[in-house]
Amino acid sequence: MEAIFFLTFAALAVASALGVVLLRNPVHCAISLMVCFIQVAAIFVLLRSPFLAVVQIFVYVGAIMVLFLFVIMMLDIRTAVLERFLPGWERVPILGVLTVLGLQMLIMLLTSDRLLHPPADAGTVLDGTVAELGKALFLDYLLPFEVVSVVLLVAFVGAIILAKRERKE
Amino acid sequence: MELALAVALITAKVVIVTAILLILPIPLTWLERKIAGHIQQRLGPMRVGWHGVLQPVADGLKLLTKEDNIPVEADRRLFKLAPIISLVPPFVVFVAIPFGDSFSLLGAEITLYISDMNVGLLFIFAVAGLEVYGVIFGGWASNSKYALLGSLRCCAQLISYEIPMGFSVIGVVMLAQSMSLLDIVNAQADVWYVVYQPLGFFVFFVAGLAEAQRIPFDLAEAEGELGAGFHTEYSGMRFSFFMISEYVVMVTISVLCVILFFGGWNGFLIPLPPLIWFILKVGFFIYLFMWFRFTFPRYRYDQLMAIGWKVLLPLSLANILLTGLFIV
Repeated sequence: MEAIFFLTFAALAVASALGVVLLRNPVHCAISLMVCFIQVAAIFVLLRSPFLAVVQIFVYVGAIMVLFLFVIMMLDIRTAVLERFLPGWERVPILGVLTVLGLQMLIMLLTSDRLLHPPADAGTVLDGTVAELGKALFLDYLLPFEVVSVVLLVAFVGAIILAKRERKE
Repeated sequence: MELALAVALITAKVVIVTAILLILPIPLTWLERKIAGHIQQRLGPMRVGWHGVLQPVADGLKLLTKEDNIPVEADRRLFKLAPIISLVPPFVVFVAIPFGDSFSLLGAEITLYISDMNVGLLFIFAVAGLEVYGVIFGGWASNSKYALLGSLRCCAQLISYEIPMGFSVIGVVMLAQSMSLLDIVNAQADVWYVVYQPLGFFVFFVAGLAEAQRIPFDLAEAEGELGAGFHTEYSGMRFSFFMISEYVVMVTISVLCVILFFGGWNGFLIPLPPLIWFILKVGFFIYLFMWFRFTFPRYRYDQLMAIGWKVLLPLSLANILLTGLFIV
């Protein structure tokens, strides 16, 4: 039962991820990305971490993608649809690099023994309740948590400074 | 067998809730027009049926038979998708909303909620946030100036007010020590949280008005300046999808006000069945929303943003701080 659900979500996630890269219209790409995020959230639910799933939808789908779309909607879509990402000759070396990287990944995947013997569960298993998560964050991982918040704060300040226009006297 | 029974029960609940929510806009539009009429010292709809009770049915038939118009320059697929996207999230929210504790039928315990989630409150906010997409796609896909401007405005408004709204309920979560709506209501058996959280309730209610795009915050469809906002180009059934979703959001906000701050189905003085109490309280909030609509003028756009970011957000943060101090 769970395997069927997982396969559905995973297939949809991969298909929509491909859509992000392959579709021409930037707005359609953004929608594909949104669909992909929702599928990932569904997979989180299957992994018994509803909190992560909800946060995934809350932050990525509900906030980040909206701001993305906000910017994309201001673009001139007609020229964006016609424009190629890289014109003419410049494509050949990049295609080469991508092929080599892709082959490397494929070989690594096929030769690793994790493919046939998946590793056991991760170290700490939480119930997935919000209370457990909060305790883990604020007791066991307090320092990393605070460091991340400081980094975020720095990013905030940076964004405000970048967005603020210099007042000319 | 037990699995099949459980699935059947959940399906039945989902169908019942969806049906009620789909039908609810019919009496609500009638009520709204009647309340508008009486506030403005006129009668409101009077022609179809007794005191115009059948007016919404006539309006529905009119909308059904209207031409479904799609602009030539529109992005056709997205144009068709947008009303559906805006309709689905308000219904999905009700998966996590409890209407009462439970009752027994034929010896079996039947709960009055579809699912009691550990992350219930967060789920509601996350899903309700998806409603923005209907607005964005509707406005963008129409390929019209008014629609795009309306959708940009509306989108900015929804995002800005989601933040104080989310913060204003943190106080409630701190008091109840749970995000499950069932626990929150049970924790209010003695004292309703509006007593401890008047500030939180004020912020939640004002942000709720903005989220439901009701006056004084209905800038998205400022008729005078924008035609009708993001749904300018929509007609017939597609237009009514947007309208239905707007009413369902209003009901959702009223229900959340009751569950989070007014004790849910916990009674007060008069002993009535819990479900009746719940419906009465929700009805009061729906009436309050309509009352507001016809007694307040609309804010200007810059005033709207200033209220959201400079008044409500600091207030909601102060509320969290105060709650924290009192708990300790």
